[in-house]
Amino acid sequence: MFEYEFMRNAFAAGTIIAIICGIMGVFVIARNMSFLTHTLSEIGFSGAAFGIFAGWTPLSGMLLFTVISSVIVGRLSVRAERREAAISAISALFIGLGILFLSLANTNASYATNILFGSVIGISSSDVTQMLTLSILVLIVILAIYRFLKFDSFDHTGALVKGLWTNTLSVVFLVLLALSVSVAAQIVGSLLIFILLTLPAATAKYFAHSVGRMMGLAIVLALVGVWSGLTLSYLTNYPVSFFIAAIEALFYFLALGWQTTRTAAKG
Amino acid sequence: MTTTAPILKLDHLGMTFPGHPVFNDLNLTIHRGEFWSIVGENGVGKTTLMRTILHQLRPTTGRVHYLPTSSTVRIGYVPQFRNIDADYPLSIRDFVGLNLTGWKLPWLSRRERARVTDILAQTGLAQLVHRPIGQASGGEKQKAYLAQALVERPNLLILDESTASLDPVTKTELLDLVQKINQQMALTVLFVTHDIPMARRYAEQFLMLTPQGSEQGPIAQLTDQKVWHEEAQHV
Repeated sequence: MFEYEFMRNAFAAGTIIAIICGIMGVFVIARNMSFLTHTLSEIGFSGAAFGIFAGWTPLSGMLLFTVISSVIVGRLSVRAERREAAISAISALFIGLGILFLSLANTNASYATNILFGSVIGISSSDVTQMLTLSILVLIVILAIYRFLKFDSFDHTGALVKGLWTNTLSVVFLVLLALSVSVAAQIVGSLLIFILLTLPAATAKYFAHSVGRMMGLAIVLALVGVWSGLTLSYLTNYPVSFFIAAIEALFYFLALGWQTTRTAAKG
Repeated sequence: MTTTAPILKLDHLGMTFPGHPVFNDLNLTIHRGEFWSIVGENGVGKTTLMRTILHQLRPTTGRVHYLPTSSTVRIGYVPQFRNIDADYPLSIRDFVGLNLTGWKLPWLSRRERARVTDILAQTGLAQLVHRPIGQASGGEKQKAYLAQALVERPNLLILDESTASLDPVTKTELLDLVQKINQQMALTVLFVTHDIPMARRYAEQFLMLTPQGSEQGPIAQLTDQKVWHEEAQHV
């Protein structure tokens, strides 16, 4: 299958996405942001539709919408008691806008399907370069704020007492998350993006007890899912996001079962 | 162990929430190495006072002074609760290391690792370093919170109801440990508690917040009569 350029591009893109999602996912899980990640992916769909409507690339539209909205969503959902309602309202609004932009752009249904569920054959070499550039940017920022972000994500109370700039950290993280969503949407699609940003890290936390090890294991789990998904998709001609979703969900439920059994055995 | 240099001064400090005065004209000077108990009924403003000292709340009147300068005071804070459930993944060792934010590289330096190992030994957690903190007992968790607060070598430690949910044996064990560090390292301690016998056993000075104001003095003056009198007035 590697004789085809689109498969080589898909594997290169998938590898980049798995690494970024493994790292960002650990913070998403620690900060309880799975639902917000899901919302950002819907905003990404809307942005991609806007990009098509405006004659840009879908990635440019996604970046514009997700980065701006991540800051707004973050500010709106600061208070825990209104977080879910605020996120649901924004999610509904952006799905509606996405459908409107698609309609205005006069594109066919398969284009919408590609945005929502991802596509292996749609990834060009320039897409891979664009993803790599964005991913390196995300990694550099993560490295620069790593210890502060780690403290705030895993012990918000301690970070507050220490006087860390937790509000700024939160906004920076949301922008990084928006960038990661836009990158990962290229292959798994905007609706299924939260699979790679949540499930590998959620699985890893049952087996690894340091942030570094959690990231390492989450990257491995994401890579296994993406590479297996791409291979199975190539062999069967079924959608790649189905295989990635199924594999990652299987890993998660196995980990959950293992943890439940172990807890029960300890009494 | 008390030395003479002051570390914290509350100067005519007052806090009023809309329609609800919490405390007013509070003056207090705390010296290096002193062990203070902050006592008082629920709702008199003990936690508000601690949050004001931590600069998380701005006082309505007066000021909190760190002495000799704000850069010389390093505060460690141990709360009663933290948002740590059974699924929380980090080991006790990694949780303690979270507070080391001075170095820029993602991983801990050799010196930082040695400091974490040292503080885990001091707090009696050397055998539990790899245990996920979510699966630790209440006492082990409190020791880990204490270790995390101590790893950055604070000179002012705030225990904010940190022993409230512990059984008497674990409570004594934890406070013995704090007292030992207080005496060995001239660590100033503010111990917020409802537990008057424990306050008497460990503290040298007390500050009692009441709805009418505040009282302070050597711990010997915190008599049962005084506590009962304040409680009766509150009722």
